[in-house]
Amino acid sequence: MADLRKDVLTLREKKAVVEMGGGEAAIAKQKAMGKKTARERIFSLLDEGSFHEYDLFVKHDGRDFGMDKKELPGDGVVTGTGTIFGLPVCIYAQDFTVAGGSLGLQHARKITKIMDHALRMKCPVIGINDSGGARIQEGVGALAGYGEIFYRNTIASGVIPQISLILGPCAGGAVYSPALTDFVFVVENISKMFITGPNVIKTVLGEDISMEDLGGARVHAETTGNAHFYAVNEDECFAQVKELLGFIPWNNQEKAKVIEPRVPATTLNINNIVPEDPKQPYDVRHIIECLVDDSKFLEIHKLWAANIVVGFGRIGGETVGFVANQPMVLAGVLDCDSADKAARFIRFCDSFNIPIVTLEDMPGYLPGVDQEHAGVIRHGAKVLYAYSEATVPKITVILRKAYGGGYIAMNSRHLGADFVFAWPSAEIAVMGPEGAANIIFRKEIMAAEDQEAMRQEKVKEYTEKFANPYVAASRGFVDAVIEPGETREYLLHTLKMTVLKDEYRPAKKHGLPPF
Amino acid sequence: MGEEYKELVDFALASGVYKTTLTEKFKERPTWHKPYAGDIVSHLPGTIVELEVKEGDFVKRGQLLLVHQAMKMLNRVVAPVSGVVTCVNVHAGEQILKDHLMVRIEIK
Repeated sequence: MADLRKDVLTLREKKAVVEMGGGEAAIAKQKAMGKKTARERIFSLLDEGSFHEYDLFVKHDGRDFGMDKKELPGDGVVTGTGTIFGLPVCIYAQDFTVAGGSLGLQHARKITKIMDHALRMKCPVIGINDSGGARIQEGVGALAGYGEIFYRNTIASGVIPQISLILGPCAGGAVYSPALTDFVFVVENISKMFITGPNVIKTVLGEDISMEDLGGARVHAETTGNAHFYAVNEDECFAQVKELLGFIPWNNQEKAKVIEPRVPATTLNINNIVPEDPKQPYDVRHIIECLVDDSKFLEIHKLWAANIVVGFGRIGGETVGFVANQPMVLAGVLDCDSADKAARFIRFCDSFNIPIVTLEDMPGYLPGVDQEHAGVIRHGAKVLYAYSEATVPKITVILRKAYGGGYIAMNSRHLGADFVFAWPSAEIAVMGPEGAANIIFRKEIMAAEDQEAMRQEKVKEYTEKFANPYVAASRGFVDAVIEPGETREYLLHTLKMTVLKDEYRPAKKHGLPPF
Repeated sequence: MGEEYKELVDFALASGVYKTTLTEKFKERPTWHKPYAGDIVSHLPGTIVELEVKEGDFVKRGQLLLVHQAMKMLNRVVAPVSGVVTCVNVHAGEQILKDHLMVRIEIK
């Protein structure tokens, strides 16, 4: 140290002060809540020693209410660049120890600067949110800051992956930045997201609810679908972020990194998973485990709308997005939430050059006044839109039931699927055998002496004739009827066949998905 | 995986009855009831600032029933139907919660 010039020492001192954030007491408080500091969080995510911080000496804009006399180290946010798996990422972390991580204009400008950088350099941007909200003392300046962030979230959407970690409160307008990004991560007891908090709700509506029940991690992972990943602590959350980044490309001009292919590791036998009785359920994730390399599948939105399963796996070393009906939950029906979940995922895959494999076993749409009034028509239409719009390789395997509108929606040939395969257990029909028999043979059933016996006979007749894959195969709607055990091989082959797929759409500013 | 799915139930759909599990959201879905057009219910909590009708009054569609202050606004609540006021469940100055039946009109 003694050898250093004085100016270098001064720099070190200045940096050390800012890097202490809100000071020891504030840091101790942060730790007591099970939270890491902003810099610790960044270090946990990035490759060791790769973080380079910028805008350390930025000062806030506040001039009123005594703010001009207040020092806010780093203006409450840490921003910079680093690497993950040796690849560049841009990152920012709000520092709750500094004025509660509140957002003023300069705080926001530090964030927008790093977002601009990410967009220019075509690398992912990771935002760690831990903020009490707008810095009220700065007034409209804080609002301007939020707006400038939202604008960039939108411009960067579909160009670079945007990842949000909610590691503290994220309330009011602040929630809209994560909502505009691609993946939102929450942590038990730490994450809180809402537009209006419990106090306002109590005053205005008289409804008494805790912060946790209103907008805790579990609520967003399970009920609202705002969060894609749920973790029990911050370290698990960071591991999830890295796992996700392992599957996706760095921008929309690249493909995800291809790694050494591996055979599925599961001991499950793909031939024995789907029960012969179409009314008995099974866990469709077991089928996915039989198809993907090393049986490794990263499920997204695991706790929300579990009647459809979406996520990433690899086949022959290449990343594939899976969309699969889940007969184990609500019989695998499509409803408002599962349609939203699937459509969003399909669009992510399409934006980032990830082939989509659809596994279909669905009995139809969920009936109910609540569904109809919640707009299942426009929500369901999102799935049709997303599949039709997607130009990445699209492969469908019909495992069992494919009835009516569901058959069309789940990446059918008619929506532009590149390959459609069906297992011998597939039932591709306009509706389930019972419903169909009741309509087609209504007169015969009514006229019969033993109506129930006649109904059963007609259901059997319909089942034998139509509840199979061969009618659709005879029309060319299904390319091949394959044995379950052949599925992975067919996927490996067709993913190779579609690798140079090029499909164009009419020029337009943008489409109008039914959002 | 799999262990979390223990309770299989019968789930009836148009295409048949399936064995599956239900989600909490599905179990707690609201059941629908046809609302009675003459029931005037508060959509927000707030305060009754003015009350313009009493039981037995005949009101015409569009006629002012009361003024309900909520979300910092003075909301004019008018009769959605013509009929006789059979029940007035609020008084001026009263604070009410959401979904409070304020006035009932028997449609004539």
